[in-house]
Amino acid sequence: MSDLTRRSAAELAAALADGETSSVALTRAHLDRIAAVDGAVHAYLHVDAEGALAAARESDERRARGESASRLDGVPIAVKDVLTTVGMPTTCGSRILEGWVPPYDATVVARLRAGGLPLLGKTNMDEFAMGSSTEHSAYGPTHNPWDLERIPGGSGGGSAAAVSAFAAPLALGTDTGGSIRQPAAVTGSVGVKPTYGGISRYGLVAMANSLDQVGPVTRTVLDAALLHELIGGHDPLDSTSIDQPVPDVVGAAEQGATGDLRGLRVGVVKELTGEGYQAGVQQRFDETVALLVEAGAEVVEVSCPHFVHALAAYYLIMPSEASSNLARFDAMRYGLRVEPEGVEAPSAEEVMRATRDAGFGDEVKRRIILGTYALSSGYYDAYYGRAQQIRTLISRDFAAAFEQADVLVSPTAPTTAFKLGEKLDDPLAMYLNDLATIPANLAGVPGISVPAGLADGLPVGFQVLAPALADDRVYRVGAAVETALTGRWGGPLLDQAPALPTTEVAR
Amino acid sequence: MSDITRDEVAHLADLARIDLSEAEIDKLAPQLAVILEAIDSIADVATDDIPPTSHAVPLTNVFREDVVRPGLTAEQALAGAPATEDQRFLVPRILGED
Repeated sequence: MSDLTRRSAAELAAALADGETSSVALTRAHLDRIAAVDGAVHAYLHVDAEGALAAARESDERRARGESASRLDGVPIAVKDVLTTVGMPTTCGSRILEGWVPPYDATVVARLRAGGLPLLGKTNMDEFAMGSSTEHSAYGPTHNPWDLERIPGGSGGGSAAAVSAFAAPLALGTDTGGSIRQPAAVTGSVGVKPTYGGISRYGLVAMANSLDQVGPVTRTVLDAALLHELIGGHDPLDSTSIDQPVPDVVGAAEQGATGDLRGLRVGVVKELTGEGYQAGVQQRFDETVALLVEAGAEVVEVSCPHFVHALAAYYLIMPSEASSNLARFDAMRYGLRVEPEGVEAPSAEEVMRATRDAGFGDEVKRRIILGTYALSSGYYDAYYGRAQQIRTLISRDFAAAFEQADVLVSPTAPTTAFKLGEKLDDPLAMYLNDLATIPANLAGVPGISVPAGLADGLPVGFQVLAPALADDRVYRVGAAVETALTGRWGGPLLDQAPALPTTEVAR
Repeated sequence: MSDITRDEVAHLADLARIDLSEAEIDKLAPQLAVILEAIDSIADVATDDIPPTSHAVPLTNVFREDVVRPGLTAEQALAGAPATEDQRFLVPRILGED
């Protein structure tokens, strides 16, 4: 039965439709897998066996009646702990929300439930999605299934590790500066950041509203497309939600899987290659570009001169928005409340200060202070204002590049997974991980990361970016890369991952 | 522009309502200085004629019909509260002593 956890979500959906297995059986198989490996990986902050099995039973009953709630009805999924879930805690990896059970579901979570997907649990993350390694989680880091001493990426390291450890066939992530794509790259999985506004943010605990985007975390491009189709589309509860139909992402993934890219123009972004990129990462990237040429694509080099300033602009805009958003954690209506020591009858403000000191971790404090600085009078124009102008220049760079190419490509992350602890005390070095992923967030365009092979035994990611609302293109090209590479490898990259130590499961 | 002093960090923490300890301030100040130095590179990139972008996609105000829709019950809204009394949030005193 254990081979159920190795299959893609599309294969599991087909097995359910054929009556080969039941939702209860495959939900149980994944719960067993979680029990066996999550002691070592720590992808999950909360596992809801009872709730998942109840939803699985309902799915099986529905199927027995000849009904189906969606194409993924009955296929279980894990959800990043930054999305609100009724009946399950939502901590955002922070002490300040320890044990908080939200009174409402995020729209994407409601759509999963309506689609019949059992929710396995909530996945680990850097606190409030601030980080590139999950080491900033207040509940301890997640470990990379390829090498347990290394980071799984971040902030969505839990979701990426869950799918790459076969502890979930599907997961939801969120991407503000690369938090879906960079973990996908370093764990050998697939991650998509959709067009800003393409998927509802209602119930996503905001870090930086103008950048945050929910998206799929999976092992195959088709699975990501199936999940995107299910959760995407207009939501009246999110005022930034785009009121247009979701592009045919599933059709695009199927088209790409034929391996034919004739007529497609691919732009290699000059500023996102070369210096600063690990030699092995650059090699896998160059080889993958050669495969695109073999598939019939026309490859050109494009220049996006302002991308070199994206990181700096991002580290002004994101903390500014975050410092404002996190003001809501005031110890009054929900979450932690800590009274200052040695103060009799403390005031609300004193309680607020003590709570925020005790409840927030180092990185969150760093960014709140940085954002407060950038927004404070006298600095606003020099910092926040300038950063917003850079944002304009980056969008213009994208527009010019998309005149010359249908999609842009780059390595997803400059390096493979580094060791846990290696960059914890050097915030700037940690921020550099997001070098190649940040421009897409600033401009709101969609991006995918697909596995491109290994460098020194560790996964490398290949990023494809497309113009806003043309999400289908990243699926088409992503699927073509996947088809070409899995053909060469003789199977998915994750088949090459070492076996994980398992804990005996008594049932 | 990139210099940020200990006192400034303490002031910012005060504005952000975080009771940072002395040790935390000592650790944060140099880290922030390094980050700010890296960020300073953007100072001369954009000329004044470049318009700022606040959102990647153009936003328009969203309206809906002014009709009653179901919302949270009082019990749901209070479910996560640190303290409640008579179906209300119970909070520490708001006013200072002086």
